[in-house]
Amino acid sequence: MSILIDGKTRVLVQGITGHDGAFHTASMMEYGTNVVGGVTPGKGGQKLHGLPVFNNVHEAVRDTGANCSVIFVPARFAAGAIQEAADTAIALIVCITEGIPVLEMLQTYHYARERKTVLIGPNCPGVISPGKSKVGIMPGRIHREGEIGVISRSGTLTYEIVYSLTNSGFGQSTCIGIGGDPIIGTGFVELLRMFEKDGQTAGVALIGEIGGEEEERAADYFSKHMTKPVVSFISGRTAPSGKRMGHAGAIISGGKGTAQAKIDAFEKAGIPVASRPDEVPYLLKKRLKKE
Amino acid sequence: MKLYEYQAKQLFEQYSVPTVESDVVRNPEEAAEVARRIGGRVAVKAQLLVGGRGKAGGIRLVDSPEAAADAARELFSMRIKSTPVKRVLIAKAVDILKEFYMSFTIDRTRKMTVLIISAEGGVDIEELAAHSLEKIQMLEIDPNTGLAEKELEGFLGQVFTEKNRSEQAQDVVSRMYKLFIEKDCSLVEINPFALTSDFTLLALDAKIIIDDNALFRHPEMEAMRNDEEYSADEIEAKQYGLSFVGLEGTIGCIVNGAGLAMATMDLIKLFGGAPANFLDVGGSSSPDKVVHAFDILTRNTKIRAVLINIFGGITRCDDVARGILWAKEKIELRFPLVIRLIGTNEKEGRKMLQEAGIAAHEDLVSAVKEVVKYA
Repeated sequence: MSILIDGKTRVLVQGITGHDGAFHTASMMEYGTNVVGGVTPGKGGQKLHGLPVFNNVHEAVRDTGANCSVIFVPARFAAGAIQEAADTAIALIVCITEGIPVLEMLQTYHYARERKTVLIGPNCPGVISPGKSKVGIMPGRIHREGEIGVISRSGTLTYEIVYSLTNSGFGQSTCIGIGGDPIIGTGFVELLRMFEKDGQTAGVALIGEIGGEEEERAADYFSKHMTKPVVSFISGRTAPSGKRMGHAGAIISGGKGTAQAKIDAFEKAGIPVASRPDEVPYLLKKRLKKE
Repeated sequence: MKLYEYQAKQLFEQYSVPTVESDVVRNPEEAAEVARRIGGRVAVKAQLLVGGRGKAGGIRLVDSPEAAADAARELFSMRIKSTPVKRVLIAKAVDILKEFYMSFTIDRTRKMTVLIISAEGGVDIEELAAHSLEKIQMLEIDPNTGLAEKELEGFLGQVFTEKNRSEQAQDVVSRMYKLFIEKDCSLVEINPFALTSDFTLLALDAKIIIDDNALFRHPEMEAMRNDEEYSADEIEAKQYGLSFVGLEGTIGCIVNGAGLAMATMDLIKLFGGAPANFLDVGGSSSPDKVVHAFDILTRNTKIRAVLINIFGGITRCDDVARGILWAKEKIELRFPLVIRLIGTNEKEGRKMLQEAGIAAHEDLVSAVKEVVKYA
């Protein structure tokens, strides 16, 4: 099982000939991802890493049967790239790009929804179902196939926690970075719902941070609808108020979105909160034993 | 990017959002001159980006040009929330019958632009929301279809009960929305939005925040840049593609990724240290970025040790290692360096550091424990 992607996922890379696009296409292929082609306007007909390059997503999907697109296009063109992919009714779009203007993202969010495309990101590390497929920029070798779902608003902090899960003997079903922007395609709640239904997943590690109320909503969903255990980690306990901490969405504003508020919401809902990243596997062990 | 009131009012004028006559001044003499030109009673308002200036004594009402100069002189000598007052706005004072609140912003959870209005203007809207949510009305606006006139009419009617007032408000709201969209704002706020004794609706204050990610398509906004929202270090960091926030502690941090950078700060605190900064070198970091990061940290004399924490993904460990070696060549580092390096191209990165005799941790907690010892 796993969620969103598996060994059958046929991946298209938008922005395949760019610096990051080319590098991570090779890394995805090395991991075993079924990458079937790429798109760079004006470079159609070329080949990269033995893959066909197309001028647009429509031709690429038609000729390769891709059902997932990963976007490495620069910020000012990325919303357009998402919309172009959504127009083909592709099942899944993963947008890695950081820095998309929020009003463009707001429109694009609804654009993708109306076309029933699942959008992950933007400003995210992507999705990996270990042992099956990697659609993103995470280092594959730290993952191991297993039964823990991982969802996070961060990139590298997710690697940190996945690394400690793997070292503690916990493999992962699917790991998703949902993105650090204020407007993102898919939130914690929808992914928790997918993990609850997924046969491979026994428990979930949720990694949140300051800003917004994704974590509070996840806590509410968990207490009402979930049977599988969820454990969490929240970053930004030492972050000052009113300052954007790198991620466009990581800001405590008007006293809202503090780490403490999120920790309180989780604890109230029965989701234990780790005080350090390497405590996450320990908390999972305790919860899974109880089951 | 936050705008000062006087800058926001300039945009209001551009979009014909009605406001009172006003002008920004930089010294008491100019204040008297502008007060004389406007005539009658004027408000003398400190221009700051932090909130709560009224409570801090940053707004004075005066009746003569001389009094305006005196009030301005006083404000220029003040620090409000530790920020010196460099600009003062002189604005025509009006008789107010009633104060409303009005703003456009983005609701992250609803994934909508929202118009927020309240019949209780002039107060802190966040406080009002916390205590009397029923006094605030919110209208969701579909970003793909924009303001729907019919819906807007009914919505505004809840607060602006007289018909001609409601029509006036609708006109203002439409202009505000146009400004919000065209200038890529994340907030346009009028508080108070005042009904004056001659029955006109006017923006007495103005607050605008522009989406930093959209500034590339607004070169005209360059002129509105301020030196208050970000420190010199923060501005320099941004130029090099780094995100940096200065803090009070003694342990400098260079980390890739915002979440990990925050978690690293939290861990330093957990183990008894205090972070001197948040610094995210970002994705696909070139060695240059690491050198620039060191440049900024070396200026902070409070720093007693630096922790570099890299978990490579889009960032390649060999690029970071190269940056560390370059920095060591170019800059005299007067603090111990603790390095944690793992992820994409870590073998290459470690090898480069090893050849230069530099050790690197693989485990984060052990790296944090070591750096806390030095600080």
